[in-house]
Amino acid sequence: MFLEDARRQYLVLAGFAATYLVVIALTYNSYYQLMLTLVPIWAVMGLSWNVLSGYSGLVSFGQAVFFGLGAYTVTLLFKEAGITPWIGIPIAAVVGSLAGITIGLITFRLTGHYFALAMLAYPLAMLHVFQWAGLQEVSLPFERQNPLAYMQFADQRWYAVIALVLMILAMLVSIAIERSRFGLSLLSIKQNELAAEAAGINSVAWKLRAIAVSGGMAGGIGGLYAVVLLVVTPDTVFGLHASAQALVVTMFGGVGTVWGPVIGAAVLIPLAETLHAELASKLPGIQGVVYGIAIILVIVKMPHGIVWAVRDRWRKAAPAAAPVTSPSRPATPAVAHAPSDEIILRIKGLSRSFGGVKALNDIDIDVRRGEILGIIGPNGAGKTTLFNVLNGMFPPTAGTRIFAERDLARLRPSGVCALGIGRTFQVVRPFPRMTLLENVVIGAFVRTPNRAEALAIARDMIGRVGLGGFEQRAAGELTNYQLRLMELARALSGKPSLLLLDEPFAGLASTEIEKFLDLIREIRASGTTIVIIEHTMQAMVKLVDRFVVLDHGVVIAQGNPQDVIKDRTVIKAYLGENWA
Amino acid sequence: MIGSISLEMLLQTIAAGVLIGCTYGLMCVALGLIFGVMRLINFAQGDFLMLGMYFAFSIVTVLGLGQGGLFGGVPAILLCAFLAIPVFFLLGWFIHGTLLRHVGQEQGLSDLEAHQAQLIVTLGLSLVLTNGGLMLFGSTPVSINLPLSSQAWIIAPFGPQDIAVFLNKAQVLAAAVTVVITAGLYFLLNRTKLGRQLRAAADNPIAALYMGIDVTRSYRTTFGLGIALTAVAGVMVATYYPFQPYVGLDFVIIMYAGVVLGGMGSVMGSFWGGLIIGLVQQLSSLVLPLQLQATTVFVVFLAILLIRPRGLFGRAVERA
Repeated sequence: MFLEDARRQYLVLAGFAATYLVVIALTYNSYYQLMLTLVPIWAVMGLSWNVLSGYSGLVSFGQAVFFGLGAYTVTLLFKEAGITPWIGIPIAAVVGSLAGITIGLITFRLTGHYFALAMLAYPLAMLHVFQWAGLQEVSLPFERQNPLAYMQFADQRWYAVIALVLMILAMLVSIAIERSRFGLSLLSIKQNELAAEAAGINSVAWKLRAIAVSGGMAGGIGGLYAVVLLVVTPDTVFGLHASAQALVVTMFGGVGTVWGPVIGAAVLIPLAETLHAELASKLPGIQGVVYGIAIILVIVKMPHGIVWAVRDRWRKAAPAAAPVTSPSRPATPAVAHAPSDEIILRIKGLSRSFGGVKALNDIDIDVRRGEILGIIGPNGAGKTTLFNVLNGMFPPTAGTRIFAERDLARLRPSGVCALGIGRTFQVVRPFPRMTLLENVVIGAFVRTPNRAEALAIARDMIGRVGLGGFEQRAAGELTNYQLRLMELARALSGKPSLLLLDEPFAGLASTEIEKFLDLIREIRASGTTIVIIEHTMQAMVKLVDRFVVLDHGVVIAQGNPQDVIKDRTVIKAYLGENWA
Repeated sequence: MIGSISLEMLLQTIAAGVLIGCTYGLMCVALGLIFGVMRLINFAQGDFLMLGMYFAFSIVTVLGLGQGGLFGGVPAILLCAFLAIPVFFLLGWFIHGTLLRHVGQEQGLSDLEAHQAQLIVTLGLSLVLTNGGLMLFGSTPVSINLPLSSQAWIIAPFGPQDIAVFLNKAQVLAAAVTVVITAGLYFLLNRTKLGRQLRAAADNPIAALYMGIDVTRSYRTTFGLGIALTAVAGVMVATYYPFQPYVGLDFVIIMYAGVVLGGMGSVMGSFWGGLIIGLVQQLSSLVLPLQLQATTVFVVFLAILLIRPRGLFGRAVERA
């Protein structure tokens, strides 16, 4: 995970590799040697699936497409061009990676089940294309002259060593991903893509990187698979079995972990192979039945896989220490802060329709640098839609948004965030399985790619909102108030010059609102402009410099608080004709 | 190449496409029902189809209803289809109750994780069924040879070129049965209390629960129904398509393609989706070599997903 101690991870990995090498060296039975080769091969397939699907949550049923392309790349390069697998396997990885990017560019428009099903189609289509191309069964030629140069060993154990090396490589890559902004971004996309985008994560770019890495791993290991088996058929490398195997070893061992796929492969592959060897002649199909039952049992008993089940049990045994530091806030001098006349955000003629409904109709608003602008209006007035259009979640149907001299047209939410517009959500959108610190540090990566700097910013912001001491708590365990503060800290970590707050007081007690109000004033005092949507009028009148009133997607009034709350059209919009 | 296709061939292909498409339609409806109501990607769907085929095969062979059957074996096959509904409904009911309902929310998983877990369970189930089928039935392909299978109605020569179109009797019967069953399901979903409950559970499980609908039971019923309909489709396909325990794989993609085309969540849309897939598949045989026919289905499938992921009849909106 992101915050795990790297040195310990490397030590465990080194120990594991050394043990595995000893086991390989001591294995003389060629059948067991093959098994020792297949375990790391399928572990790498699992790791490759994990990089794409485990972290980002985009389930791929089509991992075999990369595997198969890799296998055929090595085989055909060897057979047709005489290129050794020593070079062929790296090329296969590149082919897999390019295939990943191509598929990603086409398929990332889809999410959820649609993505999963689309991925299923790629390898199966390939299967038929390769059959049609007359490549039903391609063998690797024997090189008697110089076998070593062509990765052909008399001693089968060398294949196991090569497979082990590739597996360690894949694990190191996975660890590097987990410990960096890369993995954190994927995890946040998995848990809440909209919030991730709003926190400055360009979800498409990160998913493309993930599928490129994933395709590379699967392609490379597919190449080795071809070398080990000496013959490639479309069914073995593109078939559903290869895709399912990647998914099954990972789910079995533990999704979203480096060790999950390895443990899954180490248990399931020998199990399946042994069953096949022992029983296939007497009872064809028995290995599939037992294998299937094993998978079902694990999911029913340990739905997150072995690694998580063990980790949870271990955590329960040693409960995390409760935070001791009481939430405290460094005193910021409350400087009287007058809004300047400079326009930081100029909204002109902004409209947005959903079908026939005009949620926003020709909106003009100028936000001045340093002010707190309140946006009010009855339910359904278009307030949240305004924020969604402002931060790029929905493109506007018409109109312009100029922020600090920059046109926001065609920017994704992540791009808007990077320019300096942060936002929070009406319904809090935490990444529940991540710790508070991880939740907040995501926002900080918008400002700095450096891990240590980002962590420092995040810790600072957590302190500023008064959540110090809670850094290691899982977001899922926090109260509503704490989550609101956390979301604020995440938005602040991007050092926004404009902050959009969408109903931050919803569900808070009056004492909590008071504290929150002070916090917002402090944020403004430190130079951030604030636009806030809120229904709690008492709080708003005390807080804001200016109101904009929306009703049915139109600005019906704006001005200083005292005038606006006396405005007849405003009262009419809220309370109806009789009260106006 | 296209110029060489005669009008006769085209009509013949369209006729075959519609007939085969109807059976695809029923398969898609079954899958679409399970997916639409439960949001479950059921990988074992093809294997239940396979079980339906062997179910018909066993009854026809055991009872000796094959070649000498009355009226070309029509009653025998209709009996199989009729029997398959309760038998497979109970099978689905049982599998959901013992297995699927315990995976997911009950284990405290998030939606995404619950879906992944259920999917893996159906993958495991698929492995068990395919390989169990291999143990029980062996790997040699079999077929149900009813007189129907090799007979055809000829639509008399018509038009200036004396065009004749052959309609395979088994395929016509299969299409007729699937249309009737689909219509029955439509009636069930739209005109009965049970149908309302299923649709409510599909639309918003939590709201349905608050309205006093037993959502788990609705899911269970749905799964049973979906499996029963798949098995009926299997019975009908078995009359004109040779099969072995791995046959499910041939159809899984077709089913998903049809469901996606019709719009995930739209049960009746799935029928049209399946029909269109049948047509596309048959029409592609006019211009493409045999091995690439399956690929056309994938290409259509991908194209739909990319151009109109909600399908032709679907709807889905996510609120920010």
